[in-house]
Amino acid sequence: MSAVEMDAEAPADWDRAYNFAYLDEQTKRMVRRTILKAVAVPGYQVPFGGREMPLAYGWGTGGIQVTASVIGPEDTLKVIDQGADDTTNAVSIRRFFARVAGVNTTEATEGADIIQTRHRIPEAPLREGQILVYQVPQPEPLRRLEPRETETRMMHGYAEYGLMHVRLYEDIARFGHIATTYGYPVMVNGRYLMSPSPIPKFDNPKMADNPALQLFGAGREKRIYAVPPYTEVRSLDFEDHPFTIQTWPDACALCGSTESYLDEVVLDDRGGKMFVCSDTHFCTERRAEKEAQNEETLGAPEKPQLAEGGQRER
Amino acid sequence: MYVAVKGGERAILNSHALIAEERRGDPELPEITVGQIHEQLGLSVDRVMAEGSICDRELSALAIKQAQGDLVEAVFLLRAYRTTLPRLAVSKPIDTAKMLVRRRVSAAYKDIPGGQVLGPTYDYTHRLLDFALMAEEGVGEPKAPVAEEPLLPDMPHVADILDFEGLIEPEIPDSDGEEVYDLTREPMSFPAGRDQRLQNLARGDEGYVLALAYSTQRGYGGNHPFAGEIRMGEVSVEIEPEELGFAIDIGDIVVSECHMINQFKGSAERPPQFTRGYGLAFGHNERKVMAMALVDRALRAREFDEAVRYPAQDEEFVLYHSDSVEAAGFVSHLKLPHYVDFQAELQLIREMRREYEERNRKEAAE
Repeated sequence: MSAVEMDAEAPADWDRAYNFAYLDEQTKRMVRRTILKAVAVPGYQVPFGGREMPLAYGWGTGGIQVTASVIGPEDTLKVIDQGADDTTNAVSIRRFFARVAGVNTTEATEGADIIQTRHRIPEAPLREGQILVYQVPQPEPLRRLEPRETETRMMHGYAEYGLMHVRLYEDIARFGHIATTYGYPVMVNGRYLMSPSPIPKFDNPKMADNPALQLFGAGREKRIYAVPPYTEVRSLDFEDHPFTIQTWPDACALCGSTESYLDEVVLDDRGGKMFVCSDTHFCTERRAEKEAQNEETLGAPEKPQLAEGGQRER
Repeated sequence: MYVAVKGGERAILNSHALIAEERRGDPELPEITVGQIHEQLGLSVDRVMAEGSICDRELSALAIKQAQGDLVEAVFLLRAYRTTLPRLAVSKPIDTAKMLVRRRVSAAYKDIPGGQVLGPTYDYTHRLLDFALMAEEGVGEPKAPVAEEPLLPDMPHVADILDFEGLIEPEIPDSDGEEVYDLTREPMSFPAGRDQRLQNLARGDEGYVLALAYSTQRGYGGNHPFAGEIRMGEVSVEIEPEELGFAIDIGDIVVSECHMINQFKGSAERPPQFTRGYGLAFGHNERKVMAMALVDRALRAREFDEAVRYPAQDEEFVLYHSDSVEAAGFVSHLKLPHYVDFQAELQLIREMRREYEERNRKEAAE
């Protein structure tokens, strides 16, 4: 666990103008009761009395309330946005918890007790005892098909999900394949249709039978749902059109990974581009390993190769 | 790492420094005080206070100063602060018939018991820019004349006058003991009761509620309304602590209230009668409460077996989209990076484009 110790920031006291983790204890208890119900009924969206947070709706208020309700002073928190620890909103949320909870923060996936995420699941496998908190903009997978909450609640009640299958079928009829690339709907525990939040479908298989507890918080829509550890999560598909995930012809230009989700980085205005891992911690770790190996064999670290015009900050 | 959004912590801190500098503006000019905003930009203060759901003009003024006069941002600041406040008691319903009236007008009757009281209103000003307000030395101390006779202490509601004849639907009595729906503690639920609806509209964005109200007047779900009464003034707030067993006065607040009287032709169960639409907000917020009363009535369509055809009558549509803090947050979240999803869409569109071109090539060859 040396990597963990290395980049974990020193614990600090929290801003005593606020209760620990900002929310008052009654509110946290209410959120935890909601979470317990969500865990008991996997994939079911439990309404909760979401509070107004000092961060904007749509910017992670649901995830923040969930994290605030389950975090303790001894916990270590990791926050990612688009898979990266250093995106501005991830930095902002991490700063918020450092201020109102004084907790340790880390970039190491394996070193975190709680990982709050927007749009990605880390590449490194999670373990038992970890909690993955998703920020959810729209918890209702059926919302684009049916705008009314009163209707969609009934559809879930009767497990009436034909509409979604029809939509996927229409994609196949029109394009020859399903044209949903993120927020790809899943069936949880064979009962509830669930939105995995706008993660790329690449990440969907990681949700299934995951040893970690997965909690989903939608602040604006005031819903919490959960996938308990080791739960069946199946991406919707058809026998003759099985679910597939994204692949790239390229490897990560920095660490050479061919298994991770890649972001396209535009290098110039002449169409030059390269692909790099979206999970920054995963990429950094792999490069450190490679450098260590190279030092052993060659005696000198190999610099990552960049295409012409690419600028490098680290 | 490579892209601007990965600016990280230092960029955030620098941006905070930059807004502080911009907020202060030209340091040659004296800094505006919260007291000045409170006293001289009172209607902004009242709007922010009403939509921010805290009856505190000083905090509202502070929020406006901090937000550089951006009222939606100021509402957000107040709401976020409000979350941290403990709930000490639930007040008794305020009695607006006992209001210390500063303004009270009715468009339904020429004269009403207690009289029409114009009070402070821009209604009859000509909207000509007053260049005297630009003068460096200011406007001095303008004073309005004081009436010789004080107003009556009791001002009955105009709607109650109609009530005597049974021509208007009776007011729903205060439900003693029944807990009032509180949107700040519970999520929205449908079908919405009137308490939930009115709380939502009272907190809702004034521009949004106004536009919906206007749409009902232009034929999108209207019931021809009359401004039964609009009043503004001080009312006292009472709480009844359990251990005391009787109500005590904890202070006065200013509220604006509007009773709309609407036509209703009657149904199988109900005789023809007037119906009510109601609006209430903290502070001096007349436009808001009038609009609110119109939308309140439009949303009662189902109650009166009226067809729900238009946006203003559709409670999920109206209530889910009224909150400026939710709306501004979700629209502005598009500024956050979405490149993971964008990459997924890019891949898909490239693939679809390839398939499309292949198909075209094949067809051309045939």
